[in-house]
Amino acid sequence: MTKVTMTVNGKAVSGDVEGRTLLSSFLREDQGLTGTHVGCDTSQCGACVVHVDGAAVKACTMLAAEADGANVDTIEGQSNADGSLNVIQQAFQDHHGLQCGFCTPGMVMSAAALLKDNPKPSETEVREYLEGNICRCTGYHNIVKAIMAASGQDVTAIAAE
Amino acid sequence: MPKDTGIGASPVRREDVRFLTGTGEYTDDIVLAKQTYAVFARSTVAHGTIKSIDTSAAEGMPGVLAVFTGEDFVEVGGNPAGWLINSRNGEPMKEPKRPVLAHGKVRHVGDAYAAVIAETIEQARDAVEAIEADIDELPAVVDMNDALSGSNFVHDEIETNQCFDWGWIEDNRDATDNAIKNAHHVTTLELVNNRLVPNAMEPRASIGSYKASTGEYTLHTTSQNPHLTRLLISAFVLGIPENMLTVIAPDVGGGFGSKIYHYGEEALVLAAAKKLGRPVKWTADRTESFLTDAHGRDHVTKIELALDKEGNFLAFRTDTKANVGAYLSNFSTATPTFLHGTLMAGNYTVPLVYVNVKAVFTNTAPVDAYRGAGRPEATYSLERVIDKAARELRMDPIELRRKNFIKPDQYPYASAAGLEYDAGNYDALMDKMEEVADVAGFEARRKQSEANGLMRGFGVNAYIEACGIAPSNLVGVLGSRVGLYDAATVRVNATGNLSVMVGAHSHGQGHETAFPQVVAEMLGIDPAVIDIVHGDTSKIPFGMGTYGSRSLAVCGSAVVRATEKIINKAKKIAGHMLEASDQDITLENGVFSVAGTDKSVTFGEVALKAYIPHEYPLEDIEPGLEETAFYDPANFTYPSGAYACEVEVDPETGKVRVDRMCAVDDFGNVINPMIVTGQVHGGLAQGIGQALVENTSYDENGQLLSASYMDYTMPRADDMPMFHVDHSQGTPCTHNPLGVKGCGEAGAIGSPPTVVNAVIDALQSGGTNVTHIDMPVTPARVWDAMQNAKSEEA
Ligand code: FES
Ligand code: FES
Repeated sequence: MTKVTMTVNGKAVSGDVEGRTLLSSFLREDQGLTGTHVGCDTSQCGACVVHVDGAAVKACTMLAAEADGANVDTIEGQSNADGSLNVIQQAFQDHHGLQCGFCTPGMVMSAAALLKDNPKPSETEVREYLEGNICRCTGYHNIVKAIMAASGQDVTAIAAE
Repeated sequence: MPKDTGIGASPVRREDVRFLTGTGEYTDDIVLAKQTYAVFARSTVAHGTIKSIDTSAAEGMPGVLAVFTGEDFVEVGGNPAGWLINSRNGEPMKEPKRPVLAHGKVRHVGDAYAAVIAETIEQARDAVEAIEADIDELPAVVDMNDALSGSNFVHDEIETNQCFDWGWIEDNRDATDNAIKNAHHVTTLELVNNRLVPNAMEPRASIGSYKASTGEYTLHTTSQNPHLTRLLISAFVLGIPENMLTVIAPDVGGGFGSKIYHYGEEALVLAAAKKLGRPVKWTADRTESFLTDAHGRDHVTKIELALDKEGNFLAFRTDTKANVGAYLSNFSTATPTFLHGTLMAGNYTVPLVYVNVKAVFTNTAPVDAYRGAGRPEATYSLERVIDKAARELRMDPIELRRKNFIKPDQYPYASAAGLEYDAGNYDALMDKMEEVADVAGFEARRKQSEANGLMRGFGVNAYIEACGIAPSNLVGVLGSRVGLYDAATVRVNATGNLSVMVGAHSHGQGHETAFPQVVAEMLGIDPAVIDIVHGDTSKIPFGMGTYGSRSLAVCGSAVVRATEKIINKAKKIAGHMLEASDQDITLENGVFSVAGTDKSVTFGEVALKAYIPHEYPLEDIEPGLEETAFYDPANFTYPSGAYACEVEVDPETGKVRVDRMCAVDDFGNVINPMIVTGQVHGGLAQGIGQALVENTSYDENGQLLSASYMDYTMPRADDMPMFHVDHSQGTPCTHNPLGVKGCGEAGAIGSPPTVVNAVIDALQSGGTNVTHIDMPVTPARVWDAMQNAKSEEA
């Protein structure tokens, strides 16, 4: 067992982990932060995306020990200080960018990372960026629309409701 | 003006907030006190005889609490098929036992033969490695033709791999044969409906717990229908009395059919929890999901269409082999038969239909209903052969379909495949599709593509499906072992807020938002005071769950009936309060009034009176305001649609790109257009996925080659276009109170043939005479088809 210490959503946390413990397990099992989901075992689905020191990372591909000392942000820390949905979360709700909700935390965390680097992405750029996030429910239409709306672009011309 | 509340409005979904903030509660998120972990030992061979299983080393490993094998479950029942199908000769289908853990033989890769329960998941995993199983590998039965002709049986005791040989409609067999023999033109097509893995993003998970002091069991599980799971475990598998078993399906991360069924893992965690006196949790990893979730489709079909000189359809004849895998999953026998054969008349006035389906056991994962369940297979066969016929007869594919459409004045229409369609207007859908898809602009777009060195094709499709399953009397005659009604309880609390308990289960469909829209509209109250309770058998009267696009049409109708009972009783109470006859009481905007007077009481005042019955006619009216209704539908509902797709095919690589996808659907009345549109989007992506990228592949030894996201291609964001979706042409369902149909599966039913028709059109326009390519239409297959067509011409 190794002791790890990190900042998760602004709070200092620590725990004893095995060498093989993944960051996703540490967050879910040790910290009870079950918003980070695990949808695969080959780092393909993106349900587990968190931010480590500001960069989007699949938490299932990183050992908890590797995140020692890092600043980790998860879906649980995304809302505004008053508890209301942040701009991206709100856009997902407004544009029906989620159905079962399982891919949603990863989608929101990926979207946040995208918009940080590319504040006004085109539709193609959004679709390409989401290559590592699988959603089985929405067909991606409303996710793409929500992310573009969150970036302040007018999405009224995008087909359908 | 779009409404902002009630029926027809699109309020944002109330369930979204918990999902967007990471506070949803899925089964694997739940931690019960003193919980232990189960890991399964699964067969690495597709077919083998279990000679011995030595668990002693595993039992001695650190943290191990128990090890189970098939021996521990020989006394309990098997997991049954929900439908009994009879063969053409009247014989009942073969129904070999499906045990909790494999016993005697393993029958597919992933078949569980043992389970370890340990203090931690890592300890359980390590101990599974220490189980010594002596399994004698047998040759695998993989190909359906080999399965039917050979003497190597998946289940030795039935001495055949044929589950049934079903004919529909058997009395029409000879007439159909004659019509085909004598027809002016017959178009024939052989096709494969590719095997798919549903791939809900949340893997299956279950937690069993047991309370020795009362004998009560609780199962938290990833289910689309907790009551059905309880019924199967109670009545068939473990024999736990229903009143001693609570099944809870909390937030569930998608299902698409794969979470309808009861699986052995659920029984195992319950039995283990009782033995250990501690909760037992199991969560599938993705590889286990690929190996053991019920797969979908997997039909091999030959279809023939007979036409007269004018292009009128005279008969459809279909010969299908349907793979059911190694064991019969709960709906597996209904999917290729009554959910498929009965739709083989499509939207058409064809007088004769004959369908033959042979269901075949193989050493592969069980196959069952996946989004659409039988109707995608029917639609694909029909709409591909019709397209081929149009080419052969040099007719416009839209005109050929229109020529044979059932017309709006022909309803109710008795289809040649045995269903009675209640309402529809297929020409109106086609008109709307031509407008929304901008068919008129296609030639210009084709020229543009050609200028870019690409071949552009246009594909069209008309579908009908039967959903809202289903009338219990009818399905009983057809072999169903259950009824398919649904139930709801509306509880008005004393302070005027409502809890509505529904038998449907929401795992993405937005019931928590849509059902209150219905109740609020009926009562004229604020939907915010209405809470939906679902997914817990201890809180809900009963229910058959969510699949077959049935939640609103069946359970929603139960909600309406229960709300009507509430209104009737509330009017009696209001009548008493207002000293008037309940016949004279009207309800509008949440206020009960005496017609023609200014006397009124609010809904809230009536609710309070029901629970504080002072000055209350207790001799005539019971206190309280809570009503339950069970609703059994009079018929299926029949959504229909006209779809269009435009693809670009790169002649250099064979790569297909969907450029435009348009879905015009008739869902009858629509309660929440935003949610309905989202359902169509998801179905379209799954249908395009089936058409272009998804495939489940077993090698000749029964090894699953596509058992991870590295090998099974899931549709990604950059594979999809923006969709054009329209549901303005609804013809209300005539037999349910809301006039609603079902929207959950339409996109997955309508899109695969549309896409393939478009690819064929592109290749033909590019001068290659390709008439068919099996799904998934991968670049390699397109390339091969083009080369073959060229060499045939040469
Ligand atoms: S769980 Fe991390 S990518 Fe799938
Ligand atoms: S919303 Fe269900 S997987 Fe994306």
